[in-house]
Amino acid sequence: MSFADFSDLLDDLYFTNSNLSKQAIFADYLRRTPDPDRGWALAAIGGTLSFDLFKRNLVKSLMEERMDPYLFQLSRHYVGEMSETVALAWPQSEEPTRLNRLPDLHEVIEEFKVRDRAGIRDYLIRLLDNMSPPQRWALLKLGTRGLRIGMSARTVKKTLADMAGVDVGVVEELWHGLSPPYESLFAWIDGQADMPDISNVLTYSPVMLSHPIDEDKDLGGLAPDTHAAEWKWDGIRVQVAGMGGEARIYSRTGDDISHSFPDLAATVNWDAVIDGELLVRPANESGEREIGSFNDLQQRLGKKKPSAKLMRDKPAHLIAYDIISEDGVSFRDQTLDERRERLTAFIEKRNPDYYSLSDRLDWSTVDDLRELREEAAASEGLKEGLMIKRRDSVYVAGRPKHAWYKWKREPFLLDAVLMYAQRGTGKRSSYYSDYTFGLWGEKNGEETLLPIGKAYFGFTDEELAQLDKWIRNHKVARYGPVQEVDKELVFEVAFDSAHVSPRHKSGYALRFPRISRIRWDKPAHEADRIPALEALVGK
Amino acid sequence: MALDPEDWMAVRDGQFYCVPADTYVDPMTPVDRAVITHGHADHARKGHGRVWATPETVDIMRTRYYISEETEATKLRYHERHDLGGGVTLWFASAGHILGSAQAVFEYQGQRIVAAGDFKRHPDPTCEPFEVVPCDVFITEATFALPVFQHPPLEAEVEKLLRTMATLPDATIILGVYALGKCQRVMKTLRLAGYDKPFYLHGALRRLTELYENYGQDFGEWRMVSDFPRSDKDRYRNHIVLCPPAQVNDRWSRRFADPIPAAASGWMQIRARARQKRVELGMVCSDHADWNDLIRTCKETEAGMVWITHGRVEALEYALRQEGIPAKGLHLIGMEEEAGD
Repeated sequence: MSFADFSDLLDDLYFTNSNLSKQAIFADYLRRTPDPDRGWALAAIGGTLSFDLFKRNLVKSLMEERMDPYLFQLSRHYVGEMSETVALAWPQSEEPTRLNRLPDLHEVIEEFKVRDRAGIRDYLIRLLDNMSPPQRWALLKLGTRGLRIGMSARTVKKTLADMAGVDVGVVEELWHGLSPPYESLFAWIDGQADMPDISNVLTYSPVMLSHPIDEDKDLGGLAPDTHAAEWKWDGIRVQVAGMGGEARIYSRTGDDISHSFPDLAATVNWDAVIDGELLVRPANESGEREIGSFNDLQQRLGKKKPSAKLMRDKPAHLIAYDIISEDGVSFRDQTLDERRERLTAFIEKRNPDYYSLSDRLDWSTVDDLRELREEAAASEGLKEGLMIKRRDSVYVAGRPKHAWYKWKREPFLLDAVLMYAQRGTGKRSSYYSDYTFGLWGEKNGEETLLPIGKAYFGFTDEELAQLDKWIRNHKVARYGPVQEVDKELVFEVAFDSAHVSPRHKSGYALRFPRISRIRWDKPAHEADRIPALEALVGK
Repeated sequence: MALDPEDWMAVRDGQFYCVPADTYVDPMTPVDRAVITHGHADHARKGHGRVWATPETVDIMRTRYYISEETEATKLRYHERHDLGGGVTLWFASAGHILGSAQAVFEYQGQRIVAAGDFKRHPDPTCEPFEVVPCDVFITEATFALPVFQHPPLEAEVEKLLRTMATLPDATIILGVYALGKCQRVMKTLRLAGYDKPFYLHGALRRLTELYENYGQDFGEWRMVSDFPRSDKDRYRNHIVLCPPAQVNDRWSRRFADPIPAAASGWMQIRARARQKRVELGMVCSDHADWNDLIRTCKETEAGMVWITHGRVEALEYALRQEGIPAKGLHLIGMEEEAGD
């Protein structure tokens, strides 16, 4: 199938809002498109392409060569984004090579893969010369892996599951064991072959997640002989997997992050899949190593190649929660208590510098749990709260009801000033419902508001209507969809934790921020200052 | 000494004013004497004493109540020369924008100034094509004056719409169109592409569609949404409903089953714009010249000077100067950016 069909598909998906319609459109494409094109389309949309076809810089330099820089700048400024500007304004070569038809999607991908630098450049020019603006957009986004068409990985898997007539969990388990162009997957969906066998592939296994506890409904049903309590550590949830001498560390979303933690990966000389919390163990003032905060860990996140010094200062450590399989045997159907025994035996054999077992906490009454939760709140950010798990729960992918609960510590609160507002989507499309707020701080010697976060829930429909009205009466300036407002309204903002973030103007990012109260009464100058946030970040 | 065009075509109160004829062009406020290029509300207004326009434009203005009993309207066919007084001759050349749209050609002491109003070069089955009139000064708009605006053929956009209807056969397409020009052009183009089901129209689109029909246009069968009970939701599935853009995502459209908000507009070219307007199906359909056509047209008129009224003035001014054509932007009051579409 021609690249044009792929481009049509992206256009249709991009502009369609409803997930059901997106699924219908995508399924229709996958059904009528042969291998390997549909597999590459799936990879592009599912975000599993592992290489760029060409570099962004190549596109930029091509434009610089063929378009007046001032007009390009005006255009780009107007459109707001480079790929789309290039797609729309691409000036054709003076003597373009005319193609009788656009190549197929897989031909495009294979062609870029085999060409050298100069060849890639020629091929890119030839394609752009022969394409319509939406096709160019599709190519540029595909080539630099910048496709964002509002289709979540979950919706992609749901589409495949519906086509195969199975539960989405089945596809989730397969997903990370397969790779583009997914021919075995489609053969199975088409009924031409058995389900792909991934038992010999080292891969991510979908994790089990928890529900927030409902204090009114759920607390009464807890008892020590049916439920076990553990700390909910504030690191990142990972899965450490080993098979045949290979090791992988996966994030909760299935991204392979082994390269960021080679110290931990090097300890894997076993065949098993362990579920746990990844943290670091820096040395304290007296030289003893202890579990570090999320901020300590953050320095190691996203690092392609951590330095030896960084790994020495902040060595990785896994607090193990669960064991999913060992030596090729899955424990998913066993109870938590049974798995716990296996996990204990497994961790005992490991180097305690890198592995420890998540403690089972002693408790007999709900009041004990409350006290433990207070203790977590006082842990200076190390522990986010409690995990309370049914002792007979089997390990299922996703978020089964009443199996695992999380009971987070009380959120932090700060008074912040509303700075910008944006309209919502769907039912809220006519309301300003997304709010950016800031704290007072010093910048270039002057007291000013520095944005610290964005929230779009935590208020009632009635409050939303009031806020919408307030914003419409206090407009200052508009930046595309973003409306700047008078710096007069104070929100009490609740959030789970705060972290150092160089990407934000204020230097901090909030986790899970929401509006807890609208302080109509509070003057803006009495809102909190950045140092109040600094104090919450922890060590 | 040679006559300076600015001596006889001036900008007064933010509007073009032909000095010797004491006449304004497309004035936004009521004046005694006005030449009107076409019937869109950002060009034609009510309350003028005397009006010169094409017969179609006069009819459109009457339909929209822009011409009352006190207004004296003079209808001039394309190429019909008329003595406007003060030694000025006026005639109209077609602008290809909408039915009856015209470029106003002013001649005075051997000089010719063409006020093009809004115009386009792309084919449109519902109006006369644009005509190049050689002149000394060409007055152009610049609504879509950026290299990113290269309007695709409307046929390709119509294909996109039909493709969506085939993929989602249960959906109702709610297509936002301006009542004058866009609505009729889209319907006609759909007919030419073979779409043969009835169109359903919002009440605001009726009178001007009938007016087009009086001028010999044929849109096949169309029905008024208001003729059917509100409960009759399923009737519209796999059909196209046309309404003014503001109704697409408003209460009015709640009466349709599985609606797909769509729009036909030149702005639909920019993805973020389409998203911002919450359009799920954007047809790039413009009644204005795109970037290449603007520059081509200015060149073809061989004008020694181009005046630019509104839109992306900066870019067009710059590009024309690069081509060796003196150009300057005039920032007319009332001609807001993005008024056109």
